[in-house]
Amino acid sequence: MEQNSLLTYLILVPLIGSFLVLFIKKEKANLIRYAALGISTIAFLLSLVIYFQFDSANSDFQFINKIEWIKGLNIHYHVGVDGMSLLLVLLTTFLTPLTLISSWSSIENKVKEFTFFFLMLEVGMLGVFISLDLFLFYIFWEAMLIPMYFIIGIWGGKERVYAAIKFFIYTMFGSLLMLVAIVWLAVYAIGPLGYFTTNLIELYSVAPQIPMNIQIWMFLAFALSFAIKVPLFPLHTWLPDAHVQAPTAGSVILAGVLLKMGTYGLLRFNLPLFPEASIISAPYISVLAVIGIIYGALVAMVQTDVKKLVAYSSVSHLGFVVLGIFAMTQESIQGAVIQMINHGLSTGALFLLVGVIYERTHTREIADYGGIAKLVPIFSFALMFASLSSVGLPGLNGFIGEFLILLGSFQSPVLHSWWFTVFAASGVIFAAVYLLWMYQRVVFGEVKNPKLDGLKDMNTREIFVLAPIFILIVWIGIYPTTFLKVSDKSTAKVVKQIYHPVKVSPVELGLNQSSK
Amino acid sequence: MFINFQEFFNVLPIIIIATGIVLSLLIEMYSKKSEKILPWFSVLIFLAAGLHSLYYTKDVSIILQGMLATGGNVNVFHAIFTLGAAVVTLLSIDYIKKYGTYFGEYYIILQSSVLGMMLMASAKDLFVIFLGLELMSVSFYILAGMNRKKAGANEASLKYFLLGAFATGFIVYGIALIYGSAHTTSIDFITSNFAELTKSLIFIAGVLLFLIGFSFKIAAFPFHMWVPDVYEGSPTTVAALFSTGGKAAAFSAILATLFALFNGPNGNIFTPYLAVISVLSMFYGSIVAIAQTNIKRMLAYSSISHAGYLAIGLAAGNHDAVAGVIFYLAAYTFMNLGAFGIISLLEGKDETNLDINSYTGLGNRKPLLAGLFAILMFSLAGLPPFGGFFGKYYIFIAAIKADLTWLAILGVLSSAISVYFYLRIVVLMYFKPSENDFAIETNNNAMIAIVFSVLLVILLGIFPGTLIDLVTRFI
Repeated sequence: MEQNSLLTYLILVPLIGSFLVLFIKKEKANLIRYAALGISTIAFLLSLVIYFQFDSANSDFQFINKIEWIKGLNIHYHVGVDGMSLLLVLLTTFLTPLTLISSWSSIENKVKEFTFFFLMLEVGMLGVFISLDLFLFYIFWEAMLIPMYFIIGIWGGKERVYAAIKFFIYTMFGSLLMLVAIVWLAVYAIGPLGYFTTNLIELYSVAPQIPMNIQIWMFLAFALSFAIKVPLFPLHTWLPDAHVQAPTAGSVILAGVLLKMGTYGLLRFNLPLFPEASIISAPYISVLAVIGIIYGALVAMVQTDVKKLVAYSSVSHLGFVVLGIFAMTQESIQGAVIQMINHGLSTGALFLLVGVIYERTHTREIADYGGIAKLVPIFSFALMFASLSSVGLPGLNGFIGEFLILLGSFQSPVLHSWWFTVFAASGVIFAAVYLLWMYQRVVFGEVKNPKLDGLKDMNTREIFVLAPIFILIVWIGIYPTTFLKVSDKSTAKVVKQIYHPVKVSPVELGLNQSSK
Repeated sequence: MFINFQEFFNVLPIIIIATGIVLSLLIEMYSKKSEKILPWFSVLIFLAAGLHSLYYTKDVSIILQGMLATGGNVNVFHAIFTLGAAVVTLLSIDYIKKYGTYFGEYYIILQSSVLGMMLMASAKDLFVIFLGLELMSVSFYILAGMNRKKAGANEASLKYFLLGAFATGFIVYGIALIYGSAHTTSIDFITSNFAELTKSLIFIAGVLLFLIGFSFKIAAFPFHMWVPDVYEGSPTTVAALFSTGGKAAAFSAILATLFALFNGPNGNIFTPYLAVISVLSMFYGSIVAIAQTNIKRMLAYSSISHAGYLAIGLAAGNHDAVAGVIFYLAAYTFMNLGAFGIISLLEGKDETNLDINSYTGLGNRKPLLAGLFAILMFSLAGLPPFGGFFGKYYIFIAAIKADLTWLAILGVLSSAISVYFYLRIVVLMYFKPSENDFAIETNNNAMIAIVFSVLLVILLGIFPGTLIDLVTRFI
């Protein structure tokens, strides 16, 4: 097979970079910041190179790099991207430098450690999206917990220790059951293939033939791990704690990228590996997704803390993505993929804006604000823009994703009911209510809080962070084809894998299936 | 008795240590500088034996009229014991000075315990196992009470001795029954006639007694009562050796003797016993460790739960299990040695600073030490990309291949629980402001040993293939 090392370089840049940062003296905080920015920018440029060389007419994995790693267990370092993962890789490399700039002044102690963990986090996230070997995937999936744990625990708010431990144990619990499922799958492959393997591409043709009574358990083991990460109602309770306590940069990456790892996992592993179990459980999971949409929105509505409000809005928005995935039509899955990107951008922007104002006032209570439109016009405009994007205003990005998901779920052959669409659509209205109401209370009215006097507007650095995000928000809103066409072939392939899974017959291979 | 040169060469690691013990005695007797020479001499012979073992793993042979095996995984075990002992020695040099007086015999007894472990791993005869076990155990009893002015150390030594002797009684009785039904103590004979022998109830009873005796030695529930008290009372560096070398040696003896029985055509008839002690050890260890405030006791309970994970491998009893157990033991040895090493550095005179709160704010006070300790804790908790994770992964493969998926599921649940107490240390080190002001004196010898252990843990996690390929070649 032809080897392409670009993806390996993409991972190595932040990995080596993070260790190089450790050699800079800690007094030179600015040098560390610039170094980290430079490293993550190189990673972003590299991912752009991959994007321009990517052939979107091809549904196969591209840029494959496969190196033998653990010979005895047939485990390979095996990476590659298709349209879906490429978009998420781009989102990761795009958001990382921006978040690093945003934490320029908010992270002042232990800058070196922060940078180290942040770059490590980027390595983990990229690794999750490009791994084509389940073992490798699991390593990245778990290893990524460690930097996030430190970011919340060291630089977080008052309740950071509780939030960090809750985040860690919640996620770890789900992943460990997935580990057993991964091993089981690899052992099962010995039957049809004749050898132990964790190669995803090979397992795509093996896993669908697992008998239904076992397949459903395998499906659940994987789904539990991903559902905790998404987070799907009722497994979402770690999210508000983690978000509220995490520093701004942590929240942005958590909402922007980490949650997508859950939905990506459902799309990449659950649907193609266990198609029959997915079809059977689709209505149940969609019910949870719809409950999540409405519940998240209602709880967001009553929050008094802006950051918590945005956190709960994530539960609601991610519900849309899960609904899109489990509606299992091409439109809905395309919608889910684009909605992952949208949520990363608009919620990322909202968290950044909350961070901007928190840095000045040290309060996140909605009641402490009011009337800041006159004091900080640029900030108010930016908040308006990000809120509208999150609401799903036509012409901005959110609309495209939600529209495709609702359209797809209406026609879904597995959900058998248009009530899903009806209830999910109500979530869009609720979103408008809680976001615009929050906006009204924060921005309009009279200035009542004397502490707000002399509030400074966004500086050039902060504008520079948000501008690229806003450009993309408008771009996706007006011309989504640029992004939709990237993932078009790969989502079509997923749909094909669900309804017409390729099954390797043991007879064809001349092997005895019972040789397990 | 005649030994040809090749046999002599193959058994050289054992000869190096045995000769080393004699030379050490002479150094201690006749040299006034033995305090300076002896530790480094110990490190030297351990390293020589360890490197020789690793380098000549291919020389598989059975020597001394079928008494000892060399080469293959025996050598891998030898390398684990000797390199581990080298780490312990480096840690001890400055640590035992905290007791005020110099004990030359400390190093000599350490060497003889390692010789015992090596005999257990190479044994091809039940009596050699017994010989090695006693050599190791008796050395351990003395080491546990090394700090004889302390009541705690005397208690540890006595407790260890009484329970250890009791366990040895089981093993001897087991060997007697096995001999009674097989009419030989040759492991090879027993191994090749398992099908025949397992028809005899006396034989089964013998093996069960043998297993129960060794359950004491590996610190599995419900034979674990001695573990927390002994670890707490013994010198920290000695506890490090108990929890790693001692455990690894006991597992090597079980694997050498009973593997063929576990892997028999009729399946493993001891799976129920092993699965039960495995589940009980994992959960008991993980849950009780949460309640500990003394870090040595916490690691003692963690050691019980690790014995449980290793016992999953024994219950599975297939080829992957052997590779998995050996890999796990290698990784566990070095992560535990590193952790005990850091504890021994923080520990003050008179056994102070052993409370977990002594670790509060270590991230600010000693960044390097805290970073190393955090890596070791993550590895003990079984997180990738560290060695502890891969050991578990391999054991789970073995369990699932043996249709023991439920055991693997219980294993991961228990490790999810154990994450809590390992992470608590990380929380204290990094997330809490420092309230401690006691002086932490690091020294180069110990730091070299700790960094070496951590590097091995990381290497075993990122490139597990090197060890796996070596080990699987000989199964």
